[in-house]
Amino acid sequence: MTQPTADVIDLLAGIAPGSHLDTIRARRPEARANAQRSFAALLEPATPGAFPLVDRYVVAAFVAGLHGFDRATAFYADLLADEADAAVLEALHRSVAQAAAAGPAGSYREPGLAAESTVAAVWTPEASDADVFGARLTAALVHAQLLVLRPREASPDAVRALVDAGWDADGIVTLSQLVAFLSFQLRSAWALSVLQDAPVPVEGVLR
Amino acid sequence: MSIVHEYPDLHRPDAFTQQGLGWVPWVSPLERDALTEEHVAALVEPARAANPYFRLLARDPAALEARTRTDLDIFHNVDAGAGRAERELAAAVTSRRNGCVFCASVHAAAATRESGREDDVQRLLDDGVDADLGDERWNAVAAASSALADTPLGFGASDVEGLRAAGFDDAGIVDVVNGAAFFNWANRLMLSLGEPEVPARRRATS
Repeated sequence: MTQPTADVIDLLAGIAPGSHLDTIRARRPEARANAQRSFAALLEPATPGAFPLVDRYVVAAFVAGLHGFDRATAFYADLLADEADAAVLEALHRSVAQAAAAGPAGSYREPGLAAESTVAAVWTPEASDADVFGARLTAALVHAQLLVLRPREASPDAVRALVDAGWDADGIVTLSQLVAFLSFQLRSAWALSVLQDAPVPVEGVLR
Repeated sequence: MSIVHEYPDLHRPDAFTQQGLGWVPWVSPLERDALTEEHVAALVEPARAANPYFRLLARDPAALEARTRTDLDIFHNVDAGAGRAERELAAAVTSRRNGCVFCASVHAAAATRESGREDDVQRLLDDGVDADLGDERWNAVAAASSALADTPLGFGASDVEGLRAAGFDDAGIVDVVNGAAFFNWANRLMLSLGEPEVPARRRATS
C-alpha cells in the first residue's frame, strides 16, 4: 500500500529523510510543500465534484504510463487498483500501449514555425475500451494524450470535444491542471532520481 | 451560452518573440465581480484578478494556489542554487521545445532582463534549443532542460554531468531541473486553455 501522506516526489525519486537531496529540497520549502499540496488538490480532493477520484487515478496512471516512468506508473496503478475493477485496468493497460509515442511533437499554429511542424498520430481508444471508460473518461484520456505528447496541437476544438462529452468549465480546468501538474511532478521526481544516482566526482569525496 | 470561445480575427504572433504578448482564454474565466475570498486567496497576488488566465485557473482554487506557490519558490527563492537568469533560461528553453510561444516570450524576456544577453536569448528563439547560447553554463542548462521535456522521460546521467562540468553544484542542478519541470506544467496550461495575441500597441510597427 502507498502512504498518501508521504511526499510523493520524494517517494517517486527515492529520496530518504536526512539524505543529501532531502537537505537540498528543504531549501525550497514552499516549492516542496506546494507540489505536495497540488497532488492533494488534484488527486485527493475532499470534494471531487463531477470528476470522481477513480477517474483522476485512471488519468494519472495513463499519464505516468506515457512517460515511461515505471515507479510512478506502479504508484498510480496502486491508487487506482483500490477503486477500479479489472476491466478498467485492462483497458487502461491496452490504451497506454497504443497511445505511447515520442513527444513533444505535432503541428504549430504559428505560420513562421511551419518548418518545425511534425506529423504526430492522434490516438483514440478501441471502441470496446471506450465503452469500459464511458464517454467522459474517454474524452479525458484523449485530451490527456494531446496535452502530454502534442501540447502545441491543442485547440478550441479539443476543448469542445470535452464539452460535448459532458465536461463543464470547472472540470476542464481541473483536468488540464491534473495532466499539466503530472507533467511537472513526474519530471521533477525523475530528474532528482537521476541526480541522486549520478556519481559525484568531488575531490575524492563520495556522498 | 457556449463556454468555448474562438477568436477568428485575432492578431496572432508569427513565431517566437521576446516582445510582450497578450493571451486570450478559450474557456470562460470567472468574472471579476464573482470572485469570492477563496478565489482571491488562491490568486496569491490580488493584482492577478485583472488577468483572465488566473481568473480561469481560479475555477479550481486549491490547485491554482498550490501551483502559484510552487512557481514562486522555484523561480524567486534566491537562497543559494542557480542564478535567476539561469532559472529563467530553463523556463524559456522548455517553452521553446514544447512550442509555447506565450510562455517563451515572458521567460525569454526575463532571461534577457536578468542577464543582459538579449542576442543569446534571441538565438534560442530563432534557431531552437540546440543553438550555441554563448557559454558552457547556458548550453548545459539548455541541453538539460530540452532533455527533460522529452516524453517518454529521457533526461539522464549525461545531462547531470554536463551541468556539473559547467560548474553547477547539486543545489543549482535541482533549481535548473525544477525550473524546467515546472514549465512542462505551465506550457500545457497556457497552450491548451487559450492562445497568444499580439497586443494592439505593437500592431502598428509590425
